[in-house]
Formats: sequence, C-alpha cells, structure tokens
Amino acid sequence: MTAIIEAKGLTKTYGATTALDGLDLSVVQGEVYGFLGPNGAGKTTTLRILLGLLRRDAGEVTVMGGDPWADAVELHGRLAYVPGDVELWPNLTGGEAIDLLGRLRGRLDPVRRDELVERFDLDPTKKGRTYSKGNRQKVAIVAALASDAELLLLDEPTAGLDPLMEVVFQDVIGRMTQEGRTVLLSSHILAQVEKLADRISIIRQGTVVQTGTLAEMRHLTRTTIEALTVEPVSGLETLAGIHDPEVGDHLVRFSVNGEHLDAAVKHVAGFGLRGLTSHPPTLEELMLRHYGNEVQGKAGAVR
Amino acid sequence: MTATLTPTGDRAAARSGHVLTGMGTLVRFMLRRDRVRLPAWILGITLFTLASVAALPGLYPAASDRQARATLMQNPGTRAVSGPGYGLEDYHFGAMISNEYLSWIVIFVALMSIFVVVRHTRLEEETGRAELVRSSRVGRHATTTAALVVAFGANLVLGALLAVSLGSLGLESVGWAGSLLFGAGQAAVGVVFAAVAAVTVQLNGHARGASGLAGAVLAFSYTLRAAGDMAELGGNALSWLSPIGWAQQTRAYVDDRWWPLLLPLALTLVLAASAYWLSTRRDVGASLVQTRPGPAHAGDSLATPLGLAWRLHRASVVWWGVAMFLFALGYGTLASEIERFVSEMSVIQDAVAELGGTIIDAWLAIIVLVFAVFGAVFAVLAAGRARSEENSGRAEPVLATAVSRARWLGSHLVIALAGSAVIMAVTGLGLGISVAGALGDTALIGRILGATMAHVPAVWLVTGIAVALYGLASRAAPLVWIVVVYAGVVGWLGQLLQFPQWAMNLSPLGHTPLLPAEAMRWPPLVVMSALAIILIVAGLVAFRRRDVETTA
Repeated sequence: MTAIIEAKGLTKTYGATTALDGLDLSVVQGEVYGFLGPNGAGKTTTLRILLGLLRRDAGEVTVMGGDPWADAVELHGRLAYVPGDVELWPNLTGGEAIDLLGRLRGRLDPVRRDELVERFDLDPTKKGRTYSKGNRQKVAIVAALASDAELLLLDEPTAGLDPLMEVVFQDVIGRMTQEGRTVLLSSHILAQVEKLADRISIIRQGTVVQTGTLAEMRHLTRTTIEALTVEPVSGLETLAGIHDPEVGDHLVRFSVNGEHLDAAVKHVAGFGLRGLTSHPPTLEELMLRHYGNEVQGKAGAVR
Repeated sequence: MTATLTPTGDRAAARSGHVLTGMGTLVRFMLRRDRVRLPAWILGITLFTLASVAALPGLYPAASDRQARATLMQNPGTRAVSGPGYGLEDYHFGAMISNEYLSWIVIFVALMSIFVVVRHTRLEEETGRAELVRSSRVGRHATTTAALVVAFGANLVLGALLAVSLGSLGLESVGWAGSLLFGAGQAAVGVVFAAVAAVTVQLNGHARGASGLAGAVLAFSYTLRAAGDMAELGGNALSWLSPIGWAQQTRAYVDDRWWPLLLPLALTLVLAASAYWLSTRRDVGASLVQTRPGPAHAGDSLATPLGLAWRLHRASVVWWGVAMFLFALGYGTLASEIERFVSEMSVIQDAVAELGGTIIDAWLAIIVLVFAVFGAVFAVLAAGRARSEENSGRAEPVLATAVSRARWLGSHLVIALAGSAVIMAVTGLGLGISVAGALGDTALIGRILGATMAHVPAVWLVTGIAVALYGLASRAAPLVWIVVVYAGVVGWLGQLLQFPQWAMNLSPLGHTPLLPAEAMRWPPLVVMSALAIILIVAGLVAFRRRDVETTA
C-alpha cells in the first residue's frame, strides 16, 4: 500500500497558542480516512499544512511523495479541497465558481460536473452572495468532486447539508473510493465518519490520541451488556474489566472492556439467559473517553 | 391598517405600541457597537471642516484675494464643483464656507448616515444576526426605528459640534448665527440620507447593494444641484430638487434663511413612512427587488487567475475611469479663468513663481499631481483587494488549486498597475481635451497627457510599497495609507504653503518632474520604476514564504 499522506511530529504555533503539537498521520492509497476531533483540535490547521497554505514549524510531511510547501502547485493539480467555511465571490454565480475552480485545478470533467449539480440539487445560476451556507458548501463539493483528483481533502464537508444531501454525499464518496481515490475527511460529525471511514484518527489539542479501524477501536473500548436472567446474577465484581455494574433481581447491566467480553458473557450465561442486548461503543463514547476528563471537569465546575 | 377595518380597535391600538418593543435596548446596543466608529466619523468630519476653514485666512489674506475667488465663482465649472454662488459682491470667509465647502462636507455626512442605517438593518439581516434579535421580544419596527434614532442622534451631535467649533473660531464674518445654520443644514441632509437608506434597505437584499442604491441617490442629488448651480448664478429649480441644494440655499453666513430646512424635514417624514410601509410588505431577510440569476457556466475568460482578478476589479476600474475622466473634464474648463484668478492672488503667485513656467503651466502641473494622488489611491485599493480576498477566505480555495502564490497575487497586481496607468491616461486625456478646448490649443492634449503619464512610475512605486507590506504580513498592508495620505497632503498643499524640500522629497509622488511647468527629467522615473520592481518582487517572494491568513 502506498502512503499518500505521511506526517510525523507536525508542530504549528500561533504566538502563545499551540495549534499542532507533534501530530502524526499516515493515509494510504484508496482509503477514506476519518480525522475526528472537536472544534479547535487542529483539524483545519493540519489540512492547511497539507495544502501548503500554512508552513509547519517542525516535523516531516509528504503528500503524494512531494513536500506540500515546496511543491504546492504541482500537488494541487492532483488533489481537491473543500474548505470548512466556504466563501464565494458575491457577484459570481455558483456555476461560474465551480467552473473557475475546476479550470484552475486543470481537470474539470464537464459531464460529471453537470451530473453532480443535478444530484446535489444546486441552482448554479444564483449569485454567490445569495447562497445559504449549505449551498455554498455544495458549490465547493461539486467543484472538488467534478475533478479527477487523486486525493480529496474535505474539511467538515457536510456541516451545512441536510440529511438527504448527506446521503448523496456519502454515495458519491463511496463511488470515488471505488475508483481508487484517497479521501481525508475531517469532521466532528461522528455518524458520518462512522459510515465512510476505513480508518480513523482522533485528534485532541493538536495531537493524535488514537488511530485505527473502527473495529480496532471498538475492541479497545467497552461494550454495554444488558441481560435478563432466570437467576439473579452474582459474582460480577470478581471478573476483570467490568465497569458500572447495575445488578437487579433478574436484570443486569454493565460495560465491559473488549478483551474481557467473552468471559463476562459466559459468566452471565451461567445464570440462564432469557434476553441479551449488547451495544457496541459508538464514536460518541470513544470520543467521550478521550475528552471525558474535560467533560466531567466542566460539568463539575457548573455544579 | 386603518382602525375602522379592525373589529377589535383596542387590541390593534395596543399592538401598534408593541411594534416598537425593545427599541431602547436596541439603540443602546447599536451605540455600543458603534462606540468607536461613530465618534471617529463625527470627529473626522469636524476636524476636516475646521482645518479647511482655518486655512482660509492664510490662502486669502486680503479682501482683494477673496474677491478674485468670487470672480472665479462666475464660471459655471467652478459652481458645478462647489456651490450656487451667492454673496459674491462681498465674498467673505462665511460666504466661501457655505458656497464652496458645504457641498463637499455634506457628502461625508450623508455617507456616515447611510452606513449607520445599512449596517444596523440590512447587514444584520444579511448575516442572519437579525433573526436572533427578532426572535426575542422585539417589535416589528423596533430595529428600523432604532437605527434611524441612532443616525438622527449622530447627525444632531455632528451638527452641534460643527456649529460650536466654527462659531468659536472667531473668524471674521463666521458668526454664531451662521454657524448654527450651517451645522443644522449639514445635519438635515444627513437625516434625509439616513431615511433614504432606510428605504433602500427594504428594496435591496444586500448591504452592499442597499448602500450602493443610497449612494446613487446621493450622487444624483449632487448632480442635480451641480446642474442647477451651473445653469444659473445662485442656482435654479434643479438645485431646489436636491437635498444638498436645500442646505446650500439656507445661504448660511450670507442671508441666514432657516425655512429651506423645512424641505428636508418633510422629505424625511415621507421617506421614513415609506420605509415602514415597505418593511411590512416583505419577510425578514427578504427584499422587494429580487436579484436576477446569472450564467450557469463560466465564460471562457474566467479560466485563469487574471481572468478572475479582472472580473473582480472590472466594475471598479470602469467607474474610476469614467469618474476621473468627467472630473478632469470639468476641472479643465477652469483653464480660461485661471490666469486672471491667479494674477490677483498673492499666495498662489508665490507658489507659481517657485515652479516656473507660465501660470497655466504651473496650475496644470499642480492639478496633474493631485490626479496622480487619485491614481495612487486606486492602485492601493486594487492591491488591497488581494488582502480582503485572503482574509475573507476566498483566496484559500484558489490557492488550493494549481495556482501559485505569485500568480495569484500577481494577477491582482497586474490590475493595480495596468488599471492605474489606464486611469491616469484617461484622466490626462479628459483634462487635456477640456483645457485644449478652453484655450483653443490642441497641442495641449498631448502635453497634458504626457505630464499625467510621467506620474505613473511614482504611482507604481506606491503600489510596490503596498505589495511589499502585504507580502510581509496581511496586517501590515494598511500602513501604505500613511504614505498615500502624506503624498496627498504634500501634493495638495506643499507648493501652496511652501513646505521644506525634504518634506516634499519624503513623498513618493514628490520626485516626478512637474510637467509642464518643469522640464522633463528621465532619471527619477527610471529610478522609481526600478524601485517599484524591486519592491514588487520582494512582496511576491515574501508572500510565498508566509502563511495564508484567513480571519473569517
């Protein structure tokens, strides 16, 4: 597998604030890579460094084998970018903006462009200043996807889209990865990353705190088990990796670390199972584990 | 909305009180947001007025100097760019202020009022912030009313400040009564244009469009009074169709007539009522005039950074060109009068003597220098477009395509450099044509055009400074305005007030040979062009080395 993006120890500071603090990232060809984190974690800064719009203070980075700062123009011909906040020229129509950006990149496919305009239900005759946030985003998405770029850098691309358009977006991205393109998708919308991404990095305060496939991450985290048993369950506390047990007469609820799931379920089954539900950890829970301290800290402060 | 049609008249009456709910809070909120901007406008206009008036005794020390100026007012061209021309038999400072300065100052007063109203109404709706406000306990007409109250208050303060500061100058013939009327006239016109803006924000869905529409009304008012004042000494019916004309017709310091101010008062009431009525005909955020759809596909020209830059700058280049051409054309008609005027004015004679050449040549040289300052203003504005593109986030998607930094910035630069050269040429042509017509000497067209174009390297040097600063840091870019303002002050007053040579040399525009009064010297032009190139290259290199700064 060829690495399309390879970053090691990326650091970027603005005065006293550290935006990136030794960030590592490795994206291979043909995958959709989810770049997940809350606002201000450094996602946009990373993308801007990958685009050569910002200069890194320290660290190594290659994009498609080139240096994004030094070889920006050459690389930009092979990638497409959707910014998080799309600003359009007030007196250019959306259609004009799409064509302009496509031509400047050098690889606009007119057939695909019209097809995308149709699919995203975009009116290309409206002036830039009259578009809503969602429609401005559609303009940038169509402009990016209508090119035959090898790499797509998408910064919260669907933040302003309605659920219907989000489905269209997911479908189009799916088709693009089948064609072998690579996608780096930054988001704080967890459900979307969940649906599209092959691998995920969770970023927090300028560093990656966890990387892996969704399955791997789930393995590392807790599954919630709810069991209805014939006999009351006892002895749960003797097992390893059990958290927050709630034991009733016939109902038991607890979460268990991935590596202890097998033992825990076998233990509960010994009391005669009448019903069993398990919830895999959602990305919300994954995130909460990494930001848990802050969330709890803040809640505590309010209290 | 008539009470007779409403069965529950009492409730309707109660409801009509509610349309202003929250207005007081909104007024305070707007004042809080404008706490720097409004005082800056008001103080700026007052200081500008005071400085202009305080300079009068130095420029026209003797009564004969002032009468020479009065003779110049006989020329329709002078009246077009100043005022109706009354009180000419005894043309004292007061008469000068209300004849010649009023129409210039009032433009800024009107602009202040337009911007205040548009900023607090349409801009708020456009950005969506108005929805947040309107969803709380705020009456339907509260925002419009609050914006008008703030604008009216600002005009009252400004009018009072103008009256007090002019009155306390203690200048002969500039008394308290006249100053009070002068201030009231300025405030009255300001209030009219606040109401004009309250109407245009209902019509146009965008802050820029609404300001533009109100600005067009202002330009039309100015043109009406210019046409009327040109046609007849003292103005004719056309002057009386213009709010600016009304303020001028108070004849402050000469006849002190208050009654013409009833006209702006009445018009304000009509306009404000229309604004309220129109606002009930539309939804929040919507407008009464719909924007037309544009092309779904880009034309062939919109395929390069330069094509984009031209598209963004096109309207500005054309309007600057047209305005400067007409301005130069109008100014040039003075040529036939200027010799007589100058021969009677001691101060200007000294300046001319220093320059050398004939009176006409010296006058042309100074006018051309002033035009060069305008050319520099255009160039700096055009170069500054790159900064606003960068900061607003519109540069980012372009720089993320296969367009290098140098090509992107360079395309805006090409417009700034070529555009300023074209505008200078058009201006020189306009001045040349009308001076040649006034003096009956066609050879002047070429000479004046040449004299104007000689300033192009200096204008490019200023552009170079702008680009170098921008390349260093986006924040540093506005510093170039210090250079432009300095060049403007030195260019406009330097010869007249005989500034020391080093002070003149500090201005980038101070090194061009002042054709046609002086002889042509090539070395300064070559040196300035070379410096401009060096600064531009430095700016491009520096821009390639820094981060792209998006503040949006």
